[in-house]
Amino acid sequence: MCLLPEPDIGFGKLNSRECDGMSERDMSNTRGSSELIGQMKRAGTERKPSPVLAVYSLAKRELVRFFRQRTRIVGALGQPIIFWILFGAGLQGSFRGPAGISYQEYFFPGVAVMIVMFTAIFSTISIIEDRREGFLQGVLVAPISRTAIVLGKVLGGTILAVLQAVLFLALGPAIAWIGLAPTISTGLTWSNLPVVIGYLALVGFALTSLGYLIAWPMDSTHGFHAIMSIFLMPMWLLSGSFFPAPDSGWLAWVIRMNPLTYGTSGLRRLVTPNLDAVAELPSLPLSLAVTIGSAVLYLSLAIWMTGRQTTHNAR
Amino acid sequence: MSDSLAVSVAGLHHAYSERKALDGIDFGVLAGEAFGLLGPNGGGKTTLFRLLSTLLPVQTGKVTLSGLDVATKAQDVRQIIGVTFQSPSLDGKLTVWENLQHQAHLYGLYGVQSKTRIRELMDRLGLSDRGKDLAGSLSGGLKRRVEVAKSLLHHPQILLLDEPSTGLDPGGRRDLWEYLTRLRQDEGTTILVTTHLMEEAERCDRLGILNQGRMIALGTPDELRSSVGGDCLTIQTPNPEGLAELIAVRFQLRPQRIGESLRIEKSLGHELLRDIVAAFPGEITAISLARPTLEDVFIARTGHRFWEAEQP
Repeated sequence: MCLLPEPDIGFGKLNSRECDGMSERDMSNTRGSSELIGQMKRAGTERKPSPVLAVYSLAKRELVRFFRQRTRIVGALGQPIIFWILFGAGLQGSFRGPAGISYQEYFFPGVAVMIVMFTAIFSTISIIEDRREGFLQGVLVAPISRTAIVLGKVLGGTILAVLQAVLFLALGPAIAWIGLAPTISTGLTWSNLPVVIGYLALVGFALTSLGYLIAWPMDSTHGFHAIMSIFLMPMWLLSGSFFPAPDSGWLAWVIRMNPLTYGTSGLRRLVTPNLDAVAELPSLPLSLAVTIGSAVLYLSLAIWMTGRQTTHNAR
Repeated sequence: MSDSLAVSVAGLHHAYSERKALDGIDFGVLAGEAFGLLGPNGGGKTTLFRLLSTLLPVQTGKVTLSGLDVATKAQDVRQIIGVTFQSPSLDGKLTVWENLQHQAHLYGLYGVQSKTRIRELMDRLGLSDRGKDLAGSLSGGLKRRVEVAKSLLHHPQILLLDEPSTGLDPGGRRDLWEYLTRLRQDEGTTILVTTHLMEEAERCDRLGILNQGRMIALGTPDELRSSVGGDCLTIQTPNPEGLAELIAVRFQLRPQRIGESLRIEKSLGHELLRDIVAAFPGEITAISLARPTLEDVFIARTGHRFWEAEQP
């Protein structure tokens, strides 16, 4: 039998050979046996792709890359510490904080949030490099869910953010020993450490997802830097990290509408021993709810963006 | 018939906003075959490659790989294809071993199984002593080999390679093709390769020539060459317009004008060469006679040279 495939896909020649009977059959026989061997070999190594393994591997890559690039550690941890020392020294005289706490003490959790934000930015900006260098293509053609791709990146960034922020919260007060900051009392203890880590992880997860969302559509890191200065930095500045919200006026409203305000408030409530100093802030349940809500929103958008087959994604 | 088709493409159109990249492509690749997509840059190869590798959505038409529709079964397709990109998809900050291990994890391989497979491929591709090198520090040729190893970790049924010879010296190119040939023999892997190099195209069982989004020729390299018919005469002349006229009148032939030279396809070309040289000795600066090449096939079908068709 000699059937032309429909539509004609260019096998005119091969079909006519099939009609002769001999040569094509011989060909398919050899092909059949080598295919069989191939299938047998494949059966030996074939494993179902596992989302957990993919997320683990993608997240691990973030950590390995981070620790190989020393400048990133300096950037993400060094700058906030310098800010804390310098702003602390400069503003301590004029600052009138809630319940009379010093500026350094007020600014302390804010710096931890800044560290989380910087780490989130630096780890998601690599999406743009991954795309430019071609690495991302290899991940996109792998048989893993797009959710796993996003989670791998975001979890990697979150782990880095938490590591650094906890390091700062635990060791920051020691800067007082070398005389660059006054002694501050911190509410971080062994007993609330797991809760603080959990909360920082939540804030880190939200901010890394947000960074992913911003970095994904971008072609160059310049664009990301622009967004960083006009959107991400103000977002941090207006989150109650740098100065407390006034009682009324437009600034109070902007701060109230900023989802990161609730990230900062929650952390403040957890690590400030002086309860009077945090009395005016949003409650812990509200902080938790808003932070979880924003994380879910950013993450969903990031997964949706990654799943779209577009010309941009194909680059 | 369709069972043994590794790749089947029917009625495929693709446009980027206004610009048509693919304009009605139909072809098939048999299981175990080495198929080449030859064409100038901008001819549609890369778009087709991205559609086959599930990176772009199918707009019009149908693309199936081993019977799986890329539009509806992208995830299943991804499992059976291995993809080697033109720009290496390696992480330069990771070592060769870490790159391969990461890839193995993405395909569900881990532990002893992934180690064995990575060692096996590194051995075969001559990378055994490079495991600890950072991928970013490798030469272009070595990067390409790691890239190929990466795409083979999960024993793909179909290997898609986009311009695999980019950045390879002739020796590296030969090694790569020797390896690909062995892979086909040993495992029956189907190979689909895009290229703009005639030499590379010669190594394929069958070729499709793409130009301006259309498949202008399809067949084995021999079939394509013999379709040109006879020999190819190329004449360099200071006055191509005038000489073409003269030849047309004298020999009842219609020479093709290709840039500053004339081109004639004819059987018994050596006799024509002798006659032309005898008839117009003053008009010719150089004349050559050759068996048709794949480039001649391209010229015959499009009326212009390969590189002239390249679009920025």
